[in-house]
Amino acid sequence: MEIRDRQLTPELFEPAGLGAEEAERISGPSIGFWGDAWRRLKKNRVALVSAALILLVIALAVVGPYLTPYTSIEQDLRQQNQGPTGSYWFGTDNFGRSMFDRVWEGTRVSLYIAFLATALDLGIGMFYGAISAYYGGKIDNVMQRVVEVLVGVPSLVIIILLMLIFNPGILSITIAIAFTSWTSTARLIRGQVLRLKEQEFFLASRTLGARTPRLILKHLIPNVLYIVIITLMFTVPSAIFFEAFLSFIGLGIQVPDASLGALINVGADEMRFYPHLLVFPAIVLCLLTISFRLLGDGLRDALDPRMRK
Amino acid sequence: MLRYTLKRLVNAFIILFIIATVSWMLMQLLPGSPFNDEKLTDAAKAQLEAKYGLDDPLLVQYARYMGNLAQGDLGNSYAFNGTPVVDIILGERLAVSAFLGTQALIVGTLIGILLGSISAMRHNTLWDKSSAAFSVIGISVPSFVLAPLLQLWLAVKLEIFPIAFFDSWWHSVLPSLVLAIAVGAVVATYTRAEMLEVFGQDYVTLARSKGLSRVAVVTRHVLRNSMIPLVTILVPLAAALLTGTLIVETVFSIPGIGEQFVRSIFINDYSVIMGTTLLFAVFFVASYLVQDILYGIIDPRIRVAGTKE
Repeated sequence: MEIRDRQLTPELFEPAGLGAEEAERISGPSIGFWGDAWRRLKKNRVALVSAALILLVIALAVVGPYLTPYTSIEQDLRQQNQGPTGSYWFGTDNFGRSMFDRVWEGTRVSLYIAFLATALDLGIGMFYGAISAYYGGKIDNVMQRVVEVLVGVPSLVIIILLMLIFNPGILSITIAIAFTSWTSTARLIRGQVLRLKEQEFFLASRTLGARTPRLILKHLIPNVLYIVIITLMFTVPSAIFFEAFLSFIGLGIQVPDASLGALINVGADEMRFYPHLLVFPAIVLCLLTISFRLLGDGLRDALDPRMRK
Repeated sequence: MLRYTLKRLVNAFIILFIIATVSWMLMQLLPGSPFNDEKLTDAAKAQLEAKYGLDDPLLVQYARYMGNLAQGDLGNSYAFNGTPVVDIILGERLAVSAFLGTQALIVGTLIGILLGSISAMRHNTLWDKSSAAFSVIGISVPSFVLAPLLQLWLAVKLEIFPIAFFDSWWHSVLPSLVLAIAVGAVVATYTRAEMLEVFGQDYVTLARSKGLSRVAVVTRHVLRNSMIPLVTILVPLAAALLTGTLIVETVFSIPGIGEQFVRSIFINDYSVIMGTTLLFAVFFVASYLVQDILYGIIDPRIRVAGTKE
């Protein structure tokens, strides 16, 4: 009713005084791709807890052995096979070595191998996939036939054969793992680059005369980076798994050095009487693989919302 | 279809040929000789080498190896008094492993489909979340952790199952369970994602609006169409089962082919290792082949393209 009573005066219809430029001003701060992803990730509690757990395990793997007066290879035969006590937090093994030190030392070795193998895998895979897709044609054809043959060979078989030839050690395990896993990264990157090559912004840049290095550095790499991060999250746990598997069947890290797989191998033999030898390394290994997978799922949802199911 | 199958078959043989060649070359690189006995004089060694043809040029040896391989002769074991490798790996041991694997595959697939469907039908409920948790744990916890832990809990503490060996069907339950959990976890994830996708399809809405009961909609329309992409996980499943049997047979002391393989690694029985590796390779390549052919039958578009992405 109030409106009907109101007098319509001409000054009610005057322009508000916003220029064309002013009206188009973006009011909030602009959020880039990474900011947007971070906002989505922050809402995912499971992923955040996983990230915190991973950081905790990494921190303990670095400083853990320095927290006790013992070392991972120092034997004290008067203290054999003790359960967890005040001085030996995770107990001792059959040579009286402190399990707390051995577990974290082993975690360090396992993580070191996993990260190194993942870095190699991503490096080779990205390079190979990007070149194959960027140049296309005959080069792509040849490079893809090579990958096809390699993919057809079971990685387990390659890894075991490689380990028989090289002496088991950190470097040889790393190379064996990276050697078998880079093909899937290469395929993923190739697919993404092929898609990008067809997009308008890429064509525009090329038409404007951008050279290959600029095209790769400014347009391709930033746009495949998120795929690399997601792959990373799934490659690390699978590398941890392969290292532990090799150590478990006796082709990996050799005593007295420790890795999570080697410790679990010993623990499984002794578990009937000394379950702590199995339980502690098993918990750390599971914590790592589960956390990496959950964080990977969270990152995938955050970085690539279309993939969410 | 026939042409496509033939093409795949030829591909599979090329890959097997490459694997056989590479593993033969690797065998030449391996340190040591079968006649490392200190009591042998140089003349006796030369005589033995001549007897086994080890002094022939490498190319002749390679041709002989491939010729023997084509006739199914994998050479003799260095241990076990020179028993032919074929007798060791293709006898009772293979049957035991095949039984374990098949049992686990069937049980695991059923568990997976059941959990996956519950998850999809009760989307975003506690049912869904618990089933997702099972999948994450089943995929992330490696069998060499799961096997000893279940052994400790169900066999040592609760004494429900025998702890090891393979004397009756009852002995096979625990090892099969370990393998089945890994299979079930993978199948459940896929079934869930696929069913959620199918639930949104128009023909499901149509089936509902026709007045079909929920059970009929799910079993007749949703489940059937969700099963098709399960073919994609054939190879990962084969891989999971194979790594699984290596571990599970070792942990439970089951006289299967996986346990034999791990033992051969420890005693450096190279010819048995090579034979088993080739057998594994055949198993993998066959799974790839079956997957590709099934793909072609299910989805005719793939045949036209010739290769799958």
